[in-house]
Amino acid sequence: MLAELSVSLWRGGKDGRYETYSVPRRESQTVLDVVTFVQRHIDPTLSYRFACRVGVCGSCAMTVNGKPRWTCRTHVSKVAGRGQLEIGPLENMPVIKDLATDMEPFFEKWQKAQGVFAPTKTRHDEIEPIRPDSPARRLVDAAIECINCGVCYAACDTVRWNRDYFGPAALTRAWTLLNDERDAGGTARLQAVAAAGGCHSCHSHQSCQELCPQSLNPTAAIAGLKRRTTAAYLKGEIKA
Amino acid sequence: MTMRLYLWQRATAALMVPLVLIHIAVIFYATRNGMTAADILSRTRGSVVWASYYGLFVAAASIHAAIGVRNVLTEWSPLTDRRAGLFGVVFGMLLATLGARAVFAVVLS
Repeated sequence: MLAELSVSLWRGGKDGRYETYSVPRRESQTVLDVVTFVQRHIDPTLSYRFACRVGVCGSCAMTVNGKPRWTCRTHVSKVAGRGQLEIGPLENMPVIKDLATDMEPFFEKWQKAQGVFAPTKTRHDEIEPIRPDSPARRLVDAAIECINCGVCYAACDTVRWNRDYFGPAALTRAWTLLNDERDAGGTARLQAVAAAGGCHSCHSHQSCQELCPQSLNPTAAIAGLKRRTTAAYLKGEIKA
Repeated sequence: MTMRLYLWQRATAALMVPLVLIHIAVIFYATRNGMTAADILSRTRGSVVWASYYGLFVAAASIHAAIGVRNVLTEWSPLTDRRAGLFGVVFGMLLATLGARAVFAVVLS
């Protein structure tokens, strides 16, 4: 193992540049450890975002050697083959400063895809039993563990090319709600995801499922949305 | 891409799968048997079947390609969606015209 890592970090806003730092190499070191070392020991003005450090909160995603990754769970040994790291802000989102991006467009698209639960009951009703082995619940289980890190959104070619495209995370969220037996927003949600920028814009490149740190498969969820919206359209339940 | 364009593109693609396979089989058949242009034309002239088959093929290909070109332009060029759509329509009409001309040439000439 090398004693030092050569680390290039994006500094500044949209028109910034990479600056190189030397960081001591350590056992079981994560990419977030590297960024934190620079901020604490070399340049305290470095801006980046993290919270839990254990892969739960989804706030520390960055572009690491060209690919979006959750930095707290990405070991340096996995990505820095020659002792070199290039760490930048996530793609497809406006850069605020250094490694911090503005995730507002990402979450606005959740709203556009109707990613909000529409309850069918009040707090005074009985809790609806959901069988874990029901087909609908199995579909939800396969897609529910999204931590909103934005890795899929940053990895997506279609998002890069089509600024209206909702992106994998928002559509996966819509898919889980469509399969939620307690949700009442189905038809409106199908209408929303069938609109321009919705599921039919996906090219199935599958970068989202390749890089999702939670090993989810948004491409499969989007394919499900394509099938459901097509069936609903042919039945006249939604308009084109 | 909207729902309607998605459906048209997928439907025309599905339609073209057997049409392409038959088309390739016909090419192999014609070349392996050493057929001349005159041989081929003698079979296609006045044939409602060949006119329908290639007419359908041209229509499906024109619609499919027009939507595809529109999508490429909306994603990879600075054109607005409306202008990309217009370009797609013009491109599709060009393909349909060229295709129809070829069909007429082998069926009616």
